Amino acid sequence: MKSLFKKHASVWILIIFCLILSVFLANRNHAFFSLKNLVNILESTSYRTLLAIGMTFIIASGAIDLSIGSVLSLSAILTALCLHQGLPVWLCVIIGLASGGLMGAINGVLIHLTRINALIITLATSYIFRGVALIITLGSPITKMPQAFLKFGSGDIFGMEAGVTMAILALLIAFPIMYQTKWGHYLTGLGGNALALKRAGVRIGFYRIGCFIGMGLLAALAGIIITSRLNSAEPNAGLDMEMYAITAVIMGGTPLSGGKAELAGTAVAVFLLGLIRNGLTILSVSSYYQQFITGTLLLIAVIVAELNERKNRIA
Amino acid sequence: MSNTILSIKDIHKSFDHVTALDGMSFDIHEGQITAIVGDNGSGKSTLIKILSGNIAPDKGSISIDGTDYSSFNINQTLKLGIRTVYQDLSLDNHKNSWENVFLGSECMRGPFLNKSYMRSETLKLIDKLNLHLPDIDLPIRNLSGGQRQGLAIARALRSACRILLLDEPTSAMGIKESHMTMELLKHLRADGITQLLVSHNIYHVFDVADRIIVVKAGKCVADVYTEHSSPERIHDMLLEYEHREVSR
Repeated sequence: MKSLFKKHASVWILIIFCLILSVFLANRNHAFFSLKNLVNILESTSYRTLLAIGMTFIIASGAIDLSIGSVLSLSAILTALCLHQGLPVWLCVIIGLASGGLMGAINGVLIHLTRINALIITLATSYIFRGVALIITLGSPITKMPQAFLKFGSGDIFGMEAGVTMAILALLIAFPIMYQTKWGHYLTGLGGNALALKRAGVRIGFYRIGCFIGMGLLAALAGIIITSRLNSAEPNAGLDMEMYAITAVIMGGTPLSGGKAELAGTAVAVFLLGLIRNGLTILSVSSYYQQFITGTLLLIAVIVAELNERKNRIA
Repeated sequence: MSNTILSIKDIHKSFDHVTALDGMSFDIHEGQITAIVGDNGSGKSTLIKILSGNIAPDKGSISIDGTDYSSFNINQTLKLGIRTVYQDLSLDNHKNSWENVFLGSECMRGPFLNKSYMRSETLKLIDKLNLHLPDIDLPIRNLSGGQRQGLAIARALRSACRILLLDEPTSAMGIKESHMTMELLKHLRADGITQLLVSHNIYHVFDVADRIIVVKAGKCVADVYTEHSSPERIHDMLLEYEHREVSR
């Protein structure tokens, strides 16, 4: 039990933090512990969970992706345009997902071939993808989606939006991939020592590009869910989403330098950030405080992670 | 004399205007430890990088069991049974011992990693090599230099190994750990594993090698059997060549 706590210390700390916060919020407002409010938190964190799962893989591989908000937006716009052309909903969703995968592939190929830092490449592509979304729409949202599409992300499954089911499903698939397959093993290997992996005969480009394609697909899925929920595809959707995902990943215990992944920590961190947002609403605190609190939490998480890493290096 | 297992013929390699290898040629015999000694910048590590498939030579050929290759990549060398222990060891500090031993050649059970099998095979391997590792399930970042070296050698020997390349295996080690590594190399020779050892520690080389090739400025300048030579003589050879070069 002691070793389990030590191995996943960040996850347990976040869970304890969630419990303390829940008790505090329940004391302040009894409506907090209602099923409706819990469902509300899960629904508001569903698409953020998808982004954070993808970002966990990316950061564990020693990279970063600042373009996910733009990928989300452009995929949503392309899906909406296809829907307006009268194409079947399933085909539009596939086109939207494929466009996300393609944008991810562009990121991965550029990073692998040029060997330029992922931060710079994805910063540049984030402007490019966002720019394309703005050029296509002239800055205006695309609205009035077909009824069948509105059920895709906001339809009801077990009393919750379909987006929540998709996020839970994505987590259930991500866990075995990360910890039980070659994919997860090699992605953390890329973050740990990419040269060692290459010298062991592993095609590191294949795994690096594959990881970015996966991120693109998840960002596109998040974009489609948001579009379905809001009945509108916005060129400015997903702004700051990359920062939110990075915050959740780092808070969850995945080191920014890569080499290991803490998926459970990411999931709890996304929930905690949702809880904070919900708590601020319940307490009628201005939403302006949200960014301040999120930034403070990220700063604390990064400092704790760095101190822990230094301690490990010295040991 | 034992059979020639690897033959290097007239290998050239330059990086921009710097010549690293300038027509290097020699043979490696089966079951022996052949050491390459030379000063920094003499081309030793470049040769290891070529033989391990990390870089291609500009000119020349490499013959393995009589088959000529102008160059090969990492996967080809692994298929040919050439295993390399790099100077930096190429280990992943975040992974544990058995994950490092199986890195790149993981055993699978369907789509999933067969962790219990890899763990038990690693235990057998470290037992066979008489390595002392504290806990094979912990990340390797806290292992000592000698333990890490042993682990890198264990990884090289996990699958069929015909030629083991070792690049400066004792460069970052203390006296006790260097001794442990040298004993391990002797143990491997007794098992019939052909080794090519690159070092600039002449005394370590004399402790384990059967044959010594002295390199200078990318060329072989001497090829002697240790039983017919001495560390002082090799030392003199290196200095003599240097003086000759300076006086030209």
